[in-house]
Amino acid sequence: MALDSKIPKGPIADKWTDYKNHINLVNPANKRNLDIIVVGTGLAGGSAAATLAELGYNVKAFCFQDSPRRAHSIAAQGGINAAKNYKGDGDSVYRLFYDTVKGGDYRAREANVHRLAEVSANIIDQCVAQGVPLAREYGGLLDNRSFGGTLVSRTFYAQGQTGQQLLLGAYSAMNRQIGRGKIKMYNRHEMLDIVIVDGKARGIIARNLITGEIERHSAHAVVIGSGGYGNVFFLSTNAMGSNATAAWKIHKKGAFFANPCYTQIHPTCIPVSGDHQSKLTLMSESLRNDGRIWVPAKLEDAKAIREGKKKATDLSESERDYFLERRYPAFGNLVPRDVASRAAKERCDAGFGVNKTGEAVYLDFAAAIKRYGTEDAYVKGLDDKDVALVTKLGAAIVKSKYGNLFQMYYKIVDEDPYTTPMMIYPAVHYTMGGTWVDYNLMTTIPGCFSIGESNFSDHGANRLGASALMQGLADGYFVLPYTIGDYLAPDIKMGEISIDLPEFLEAEKAVKDQIEKFINNKGTHSVDYFHKKLGKIMWNKVGMARNAKGLAEAIEEIAALREEFYKDVKVPGSANEFNQELEKATRVADFLELGELFAKDALHRNESCGGHFREEYQTEEGEALRDDDNFAYVAAWEYKGKPSDAVLHKEPLNYENIKLVQRSYK
Amino acid sequence: MKLTLKIWRQKNAQDKGGIVAYPIDGIEPDMSFLEMLDVLNEQLINKGEEPVAFDHDCREGICGMCSLFINGEAHGPDRGVTTCQLHMRMFKDGDTIFIEPFRAKAFPVIKDLVVDRSSFDRIQHAGGFISVNTSGNTIDANTIPINKDDADKSFDAAACIGCGACVATCKNSSAMLFVSAKVSQYALLPQGKVEATDRVLNMVHQMDLEGFGNCTNTGACEVECPKGISLENIARMNREYLAASLKG
Repeated sequence: MALDSKIPKGPIADKWTDYKNHINLVNPANKRNLDIIVVGTGLAGGSAAATLAELGYNVKAFCFQDSPRRAHSIAAQGGINAAKNYKGDGDSVYRLFYDTVKGGDYRAREANVHRLAEVSANIIDQCVAQGVPLAREYGGLLDNRSFGGTLVSRTFYAQGQTGQQLLLGAYSAMNRQIGRGKIKMYNRHEMLDIVIVDGKARGIIARNLITGEIERHSAHAVVIGSGGYGNVFFLSTNAMGSNATAAWKIHKKGAFFANPCYTQIHPTCIPVSGDHQSKLTLMSESLRNDGRIWVPAKLEDAKAIREGKKKATDLSESERDYFLERRYPAFGNLVPRDVASRAAKERCDAGFGVNKTGEAVYLDFAAAIKRYGTEDAYVKGLDDKDVALVTKLGAAIVKSKYGNLFQMYYKIVDEDPYTTPMMIYPAVHYTMGGTWVDYNLMTTIPGCFSIGESNFSDHGANRLGASALMQGLADGYFVLPYTIGDYLAPDIKMGEISIDLPEFLEAEKAVKDQIEKFINNKGTHSVDYFHKKLGKIMWNKVGMARNAKGLAEAIEEIAALREEFYKDVKVPGSANEFNQELEKATRVADFLELGELFAKDALHRNESCGGHFREEYQTEEGEALRDDDNFAYVAAWEYKGKPSDAVLHKEPLNYENIKLVQRSYK
Repeated sequence: MKLTLKIWRQKNAQDKGGIVAYPIDGIEPDMSFLEMLDVLNEQLINKGEEPVAFDHDCREGICGMCSLFINGEAHGPDRGVTTCQLHMRMFKDGDTIFIEPFRAKAFPVIKDLVVDRSSFDRIQHAGGFISVNTSGNTIDANTIPINKDDADKSFDAAACIGCGACVATCKNSSAMLFVSAKVSQYALLPQGKVEATDRVLNMVHQMDLEGFGNCTNTGACEVECPKGISLENIARMNREYLAASLKG
């Protein structure tokens, strides 16, 4: 099967507008006759559900949490990009487009990224109209800050809780439609399979997580907005329940899975403290606006710090190595995430790490506190040479910007980041890969769409900070509601789809069989036991730096672990009740397949790009070395019975507007 | 650390339920409270017993999914945090810890420590929104300047995570802090003023239907709120409600 990305013809700046002007529409009366299932209620799923319902479709929305407001978009901290150019610093749609393509290390689809940049400004208007309290300046206008990989200030924010505020905005829009009866909300429900009738997505099988009942739900189209697969590493910044099951199930039924190896390791997370660790906590990238990253310049100092004989604050300026500022003078601490993560790993591998495990670097706010404090003292007419006063004033300003993050750090680590530098280390955060979609955001299963983090389309091999919120809302509010109409137009006379069709019964039976198998397995180890093992393989061999030998080993180890899992997993309780271990079992079963495809994709991509770093392919300075002649394509994998048999399809990436060059942040 | 856990076990909504004691050893001060429960559950599974059901998701204090009444306090003894951000260093070796679900008529128990908080969602359905289409065809965001103090207060109210600690803490099981946070967020913004009358009347009406109790101004909710939602919001909602009723 040849992949057709369905990118419209014409100049890039006109594609989306022209396309919207010519696609099929469904008239308002007919929308009432069409049902759409939306799986996941984060920024993408929530905004899509609300908009589709408002347009007049009958929406059924599903989330595994106890309320749609708890989807993991809620945890996004730093901000959302938009090409508003409110700061007058030269921003434009083209620059946002360019920065995103470059930031993605030239592995994203141009047309999609341009569309994203075009609609970005509208997202801010929409959210403000909905009452989202974004940060403001004293003049009453919206404030901005800068993020990694760009030279302009285009990031809108709400303290360190931007994701929360935007998600609650989408949730409020959903609530309005739920109140009107246009969205039927299914909380504590998990999609366990998709139903395909005559080659088209026509429904899902879901488990009611309270009663354990397996339910059949039909619709004229199915939208997957279930997020990313970072939890394949066990430890990540994802929520405990974040899972790939919806995305993986559609993959097994015909949706190609694209670029699974493109995973973002975020540079600023709180380091691992011990084996009991259940998740990792992100410290927003926005902190790199004001925090300076460093390690001791001398090995003996690093050793003394690890042994508790010295403290960070004992080291003078000349004894510190601000390695990002040293290596990348132009962007400094604001290089993109992949670059910052690798640089931190390089220093720690070389023995300069600063915590007990040797896997941490400092993120230091002393300079920012001094700078802000001096400025504030001057404005208030106070003595700006009084160190104690300046520190106090500066700390108050830093608190107003990042207060919740500093508090979170203090609670977890039990150290005060206002007086001693934070310790941070990279952790798995976001997955750029995902289900392959065309320009309409439709997967290779007709009628099955994929939006937000669960698709692959906009971030290439590395996502820039504050772009995930932008993409989730762009897909849900402004892109999918148009493109889905084009698909549904021929279905207006179809009427409701029966859930008693043989395809529904068959899918339901397969789901029930899998659950029964787990319950009756009577193995010896818990689900977490296997999940942690999988996570270790992934982190050690498919993590921040990969090589052919390690990847080949990982593929075998994951396949063996999967076999052991099915033989030896123990799931207590029964199928027909609230059973959290059973929920985990079905999710980990899918991670055990996805992890193998992930490694296979990483092994086939003989180049380094963005979040995918192959040790064999690097420049003399240790930067990622792309191979545009051989790998400027999207790797879309077709399921063929097991991950190792997956068949590769290539979508060539044609860059007509941006010249491919080696990414430089020096 | 060696501890004795006394945990509420209840098979389902119909079951009567009761406290069961579990001794546990090898707990480290750096563990979060939920990681401590993970350790217990792993042990229970290995022994062939049913693990303790409890709600949790983001484990970074923002999703509002985790709950737990720990030694008689919503989210436990620490201040300004949810249970997932509570760390074992807050306890001492040899402690006995009581762990119960959030209790309120409007939060029925589903299993063990898991409760049904969908009453909160239904209050939001009644009016927790601004009726604006999501088409993006609105005015430029900067054409509505908003006084920074109002914007900041609106944000502070909007920081509510909907966990239900206020209800669990209140001797009357009142949801006033939760409802007033949403009413205040919008009441403080020009965009929210258009529908202010209907919003407050509808949300309060739904709150009463759900069986939440009345507010008697003890302020316990504010003390236990992990996000520091202020009692000022309740005062603001009362003013809004009074004005709306008179208009009504």
